[in-house]
Amino acid sequence: MTGRRGGTGPGGTLGGVLDPSSLQRALATALATGGDFAEVFVEDKRISSARLDDRRVEELTSGRDRGAGIRVVVGDTTGFAHTSDLSEEGLRRAAEAAAAAARGGGGGARTVALTASEAASPYRARIAPEDVPKDRKVELLLRADDAARSGPDRGAVVQVSAGYADSRRRIQVANSDGLMASDEVVRTRFGVTAVARGDTGMQTGYEGVARTMGFEIFDELDVEQVARAASARALAKLAARPAPSGVVPVVIAAGRGAVLFHEACGHGLEADHIEKQSSVYHGRVGEMVASPHVTLVDDGTMGREWGAFAVDDEGRPSQRNVLIENGMLTEYMWDFLRARKAGHATSGNGRRQSYQDLPMVRMTNTYLLGGTEDPEELVRQTPHGVYVAQMGGGQVNTATGDFVFGMTEAYLIEDGEVTVPLRDANLIGNGPEVLRHIDAVAGDFAMAGGGGMCGKNGQSVPVGMGQPTLRVTGITVGGTAA
Amino acid sequence: MTSPLLETASRVAGWARHGEEVEAYVGRSSDTRVVVYGGEIESLSSATTEGVGIRVVSGGRQGFAYAGSLDPAVVEETVAEARDNAGFGTPDEHVGLALPDRVPAADLDLWREDLASFAPEAKVDLALDLERRVVAGDPRIRSVESSSYGDGAGQAAVATSTGISASWRRTACYVSAYALAGEGDETQTGGGYSVGRSPADLDVDKAAADAVERSTRLLGARKPASARLPVVLDNRITTTLLSILAGTLSGEAVLKGRSLFANRLGEEVASPLLTLVDDPTDPDAYGAAAYDAEGLATRRNVLVDAGLLRSFVYNTYAGRRAGVASTGSAVRGGFKSPPGVGCRALTLAPGNESQAQILARVGTGLLVQSVSGVHSGVNAVSGDFSVGAEGVLFRDGVLAEPVREITIASTLQRMLRDVVAVGDDLEWLPGSAAGVTLAIDGMSMSGA
Repeated sequence: MTGRRGGTGPGGTLGGVLDPSSLQRALATALATGGDFAEVFVEDKRISSARLDDRRVEELTSGRDRGAGIRVVVGDTTGFAHTSDLSEEGLRRAAEAAAAAARGGGGGARTVALTASEAASPYRARIAPEDVPKDRKVELLLRADDAARSGPDRGAVVQVSAGYADSRRRIQVANSDGLMASDEVVRTRFGVTAVARGDTGMQTGYEGVARTMGFEIFDELDVEQVARAASARALAKLAARPAPSGVVPVVIAAGRGAVLFHEACGHGLEADHIEKQSSVYHGRVGEMVASPHVTLVDDGTMGREWGAFAVDDEGRPSQRNVLIENGMLTEYMWDFLRARKAGHATSGNGRRQSYQDLPMVRMTNTYLLGGTEDPEELVRQTPHGVYVAQMGGGQVNTATGDFVFGMTEAYLIEDGEVTVPLRDANLIGNGPEVLRHIDAVAGDFAMAGGGGMCGKNGQSVPVGMGQPTLRVTGITVGGTAA
Repeated sequence: MTSPLLETASRVAGWARHGEEVEAYVGRSSDTRVVVYGGEIESLSSATTEGVGIRVVSGGRQGFAYAGSLDPAVVEETVAEARDNAGFGTPDEHVGLALPDRVPAADLDLWREDLASFAPEAKVDLALDLERRVVAGDPRIRSVESSSYGDGAGQAAVATSTGISASWRRTACYVSAYALAGEGDETQTGGGYSVGRSPADLDVDKAAADAVERSTRLLGARKPASARLPVVLDNRITTTLLSILAGTLSGEAVLKGRSLFANRLGEEVASPLLTLVDDPTDPDAYGAAAYDAEGLATRRNVLVDAGLLRSFVYNTYAGRRAGVASTGSAVRGGFKSPPGVGCRALTLAPGNESQAQILARVGTGLLVQSVSGVHSGVNAVSGDFSVGAEGVLFRDGVLAEPVREITIASTLQRMLRDVVAVGDDLEWLPGSAAGVTLAIDGMSMSGA
């Protein structure tokens, strides 16, 4: 793959948003009153979305955000300012504000020579969203609505909503170390929520797909199938019983429960939590923190997956990082500043929601490698438990390791068979304990495909996840049944 | 008040073509955030954000576009984009912009000049002071993961070609700390904060004391055996519960068949102890606002009256569909989204018992101090409610051992009926609802 700078793509000429000389001048201004490090992050993002609800295409939305965030580091202090004004004057004011915020004293003029760095793009979109006629996006929604309402039990499907969304984000990063890098990422997502009504009230079902791809995603994605899956899920839950209350064995279907690892250890392996000793995994590199069945990877280079990119929001190439290998903690995830402070290599995990935010350590695509067991056999060997076929989101307290995650499609396992559906509930566990209690991992690895948005300190970024079918010997299911 | 933002919005609304309605929502905010750690400034951010959101309605179809810029050329491009987007919706006779309804707007002064003159050094000092107080508050406090000060001064205006013209401004600030307490190998966490419209409103002592108490009182917490028991929600948790309920009381959710409460107006849906009101005209409410997101005056709406379901909330579109007037309840997430329906200032009518008196009367149960996984474990359509929790068990009305790694579960429908006490400790907290101690009988606590 060629570097992104100066390349061309489906949207026309790409390359940097700003020319190197204005980036250089902004960096010089940022460092004019002293400072150990300065960085200009430029972003140009366009989004479009369309939403159908209640049998109507409610509206199409288009949006554009464009601006620069400038940070100046003096000692341990970061000053930050941003602007939507990318003129010379706008950048100068933002650079001065960031420098003032960092309280840089002394110093003197300093110029920075910028060298473009190149990183292979994990995937390049073939069909740019803005080249697709809007009525084609609308048509996807209408097809999904029809399909969701056309199954055998269609009378019970009382409401359907469907959403299409795409984004094209161009970024450019230049810093006082001379780094200059750029990237362009196109993402597309499609999701359907169905509501079914029966004697026991209403239930919901969701199915969605999200990838770092352009409109070509629909060459392989059948929106009718997505819609039918959403309806089937809502309908199945009409017969659902309350979930158990208490500790039970849980089998999690391939690709459907990776949020478990995102919460149980992903966040706890982010270097900012490690530095502040607010993670249960602090100081534990080289120790066994999970059962030997667990090998966990965070990989920003996984083309097409929701958390993929060529360079992170600090200009570093994305990487494949093995975090836990056969149960042993091997590595944390790093952003640039923390890696620099610790004298550690960066890992390509510095991300931010937009130019208006400071970067932080964030996950990309986090997944558990496959094992050798047969997934069906794994269920058969579980006399009693819960089978989770789809999970929603989760949340973790990294300092205690306690984490929750929601199940949005689940069944009882009775005598080694998947039986009755269960109502939605959260599960709660402690990260290191749950990782030790994973006693079987199957060979049927799958990525989640649904596309999560991970929130941290008020910033939201797209993350991918994946895992094979696995079993946890015991975890607390938060239902209401005795 | 002459507002440059309103001038911009009005000018854009004036670009409506024949047979077309145009709404311009213009927002600008200046925000500062200071984070300190270990006695040093970790980061200081300061910036102004502005942008415009445009709705164009024609032929019963709506299009929307936004841009994070007020550059005239960008605004023009955004209007053109919204107009183009309007060509793809499904026609609906109820779609349209708000019309002036002559309801007078509350006279609210939510702007404090002293915020603008509050020096950056003073902001840093507040955050440092809070960190010091937390650390000094108890020998078991190991560190403060983050101590921060933040403020914002926001202005917005909305104008339409249908005669709406409204603008408003507000200031807000906060201090917040998240403490790590430890003994031996154990670590527990707890947060404290204080919010206000000006730095003079901030109570740093209280924020520090809350962070200290909440983190240290969980030390020694165990995972208890599962049980069904009465649960007393600390006031912050009640705020979360009310915000979830707000979604079920949206007229739009009702019309679209997604509300638990559809077809139940006039029925008893909750304990007679519950009276739920949304009143953005209350100047003490954190979410106080004179105008809604479509530029109509906000008003006091009684939603549940002594357990009886009295009304839902509506914006212009949902109201027209339902055949009722807007209740001034249009909300939006800034200029980047078109208006939806929601509450801004929900409050329960307070009871006459303190939290201690409620604990004494309930006798044995769980006092919940924090919850997690609200977005993953609460289904507002089915009503299933299951969230992670931390708190303290109480016996004979007295706090006993702390507990963690548990969930509490029920259904929203049952929880409303099972309320056995509302506290007298009403307090406006950040978000769209007031906090108050709430006791709910018969919840499932899942643990070991």
